[in-house]
Amino acid sequence: MTIEVRNLTKQFGSFVALDDVDLTIGDGELLALLGPSGSGKTTLLRIIAGLEWPDAGEVTIDGESALSRGAGERHVGFVFQHYALFRHMSVFENVAFGLRVQPRRIRKSEAAIRARVKELLDLVQLDWLADRYPNQLSGGQRQRIALARALAIEPRILLLDEPFGALDAKVRKELRHWLRSLHKEIRVTSIFVTHDQEEALEVANRVVVMDKGRIEQTGTPTEVYDHPANAFVHGFIGESIELPVEVTDGQVRLGDSPLAIAADGLVSGPSKLFVRRHDMQVGPSGSGVLQGAVIRVRTFGPVQRAEVALTGGNKAIEIDAPRDQELRPGDIVGLKPRHYRIFAA
Amino acid sequence: MSASIRRRNTLPGFGLSMGLTLTWLSLIVLIPLAGLFVKTLELSPDQFWGIVSSRRTLSALKISFGLAFLAALVNLVMGTIVVWALVRYRFPGRKIFDAIVDVPFALPTAVAGVALTALFAEKGWLGAPLSALGIKVAFTPVGIFVAMIFIGIPFVVRTVQPVLQDLDPEIEEAAASLGASRWHTMSKVILPGLTPALLTGLALAFARAVGEYGSVIFIAGNLPNVSEIAPLLIVIRLSEFRYADATAIAVVMLVVSFAIIFLVNRLQRWAQMRAGG
Repeated sequence: MTIEVRNLTKQFGSFVALDDVDLTIGDGELLALLGPSGSGKTTLLRIIAGLEWPDAGEVTIDGESALSRGAGERHVGFVFQHYALFRHMSVFENVAFGLRVQPRRIRKSEAAIRARVKELLDLVQLDWLADRYPNQLSGGQRQRIALARALAIEPRILLLDEPFGALDAKVRKELRHWLRSLHKEIRVTSIFVTHDQEEALEVANRVVVMDKGRIEQTGTPTEVYDHPANAFVHGFIGESIELPVEVTDGQVRLGDSPLAIAADGLVSGPSKLFVRRHDMQVGPSGSGVLQGAVIRVRTFGPVQRAEVALTGGNKAIEIDAPRDQELRPGDIVGLKPRHYRIFAA
Repeated sequence: MSASIRRRNTLPGFGLSMGLTLTWLSLIVLIPLAGLFVKTLELSPDQFWGIVSSRRTLSALKISFGLAFLAALVNLVMGTIVVWALVRYRFPGRKIFDAIVDVPFALPTAVAGVALTALFAEKGWLGAPLSALGIKVAFTPVGIFVAMIFIGIPFVVRTVQPVLQDLDPEIEEAAASLGASRWHTMSKVILPGLTPALLTGLALAFARAVGEYGSVIFIAGNLPNVSEIAPLLIVIRLSEFRYADATAIAVVMLVVSFAIIFLVNRLQRWAQMRAGG
């Protein structure tokens, strides 16, 4: 199912949740809406689901206007952050709900409903919990049941609002992988909202980065990570070193000192220099572009993270260096960015 | 080892609070009720049975319990609608309506009785048009019913209101996105979630109506066998110095009320379990 979003605008009082948003979602995509809280990502999702109505703009699903239909007529599966399971119903009845409330003329027979629920519980690997009640389940199990419930109505689109937001880190990781493989299996066009960039990059085929009601960038996880379109995206996705610089006549200055990096095609004015932590090469004192003193070194995983106080400024930055490199607190080092980006501030 | 055998509790003071609870409940509730039973023992079983099964007593009990139950049912339905409006919608004067719900709590019942009687008397604002239609309210069982509804409504509203407020709106959204009609959302999702609170409200409104005296006696007319409530019959027996007779009726009321409240409590427990409370 293709979803088209055109000029969507939504205000809550004086707060602009969505500001003229355009987006096309292709059939079978697994799309992440990524952004900080208040960026409008959940509002966009809720409008597509029919749980919220825009002030202006259009949403079409497969060429058909969606806004003229209510939530129940859109055949959209929605998964809530806090599961929103029916507490007085067993797991089985929760999943069966969407089938039982269908108008009589298209409602399945009891046997068919039972078979379908069984199939869905198998799909989410929780068939052994059919007779339990939601409050007897763990958070991860509840969310999988919520997903099975949403899939019961054979939705054209699956929408997930921060689906793993309420879960602990380990369960979250497991469910991410599980969601990916599930999507591979059922191939339904899916959109999920998250503020967790790692989650978005790991799970989605395509990521839409939002801020303040606008789309800042759309692209594959690799694209948004390697080629961020602007300062916001660079700062939001991946951990970056961020330095305020001044661009004047093809030269980049940090404070008073000029930096030996190319500034071709940059607009003069206050700007921001972004370097990924692992893209900062640490060399002997005097080499490189920036000078600094190592304050602290912590080692975990494949890297060692050094906190370096830059000379001639009162700013400290964190860089990731290979573990085999000798780094001790007190060392004076030269730093050279392998890759960097400068955006107008 | 022996020192650690005494179980430590993070909430200390169990002994003290339990002791106070028992003492207080005994003083306030159990001892007076026991006195009631002791007083009844002055009667032989035959005498007791004679009093209890007399036509006048049975009529009074039937009127009290029957009308109280009907009134509680009406309050359940209407109270739920009031709660729905108060919780779900924002309208001018909502706070005032919310406060008005408490009036029957606070008003001296005699005042309520006088007011209702004046309103429903044959020449009253509501009584006149109703009697033109052939419906007599004041000084009939219908009047008792009206008074019982009046004093019972806040119990339903105040029990159900916080529960509805806490009901997650996402549950309704989930139901809607699964294609449920408004009716299905209401009957399959919202009402089952409210059931424990509805039952509590029903029980409280019922208990209040059974025990109501002040407002009812003004409007009831108090005709024996027709519009005489059991509490009034008790008062009449007391004023005739037939204390044992009075306590016999009271014991029956007590036992029946307790049985009904107990039953509703069980129902409520069951519903609560179902609702995943």
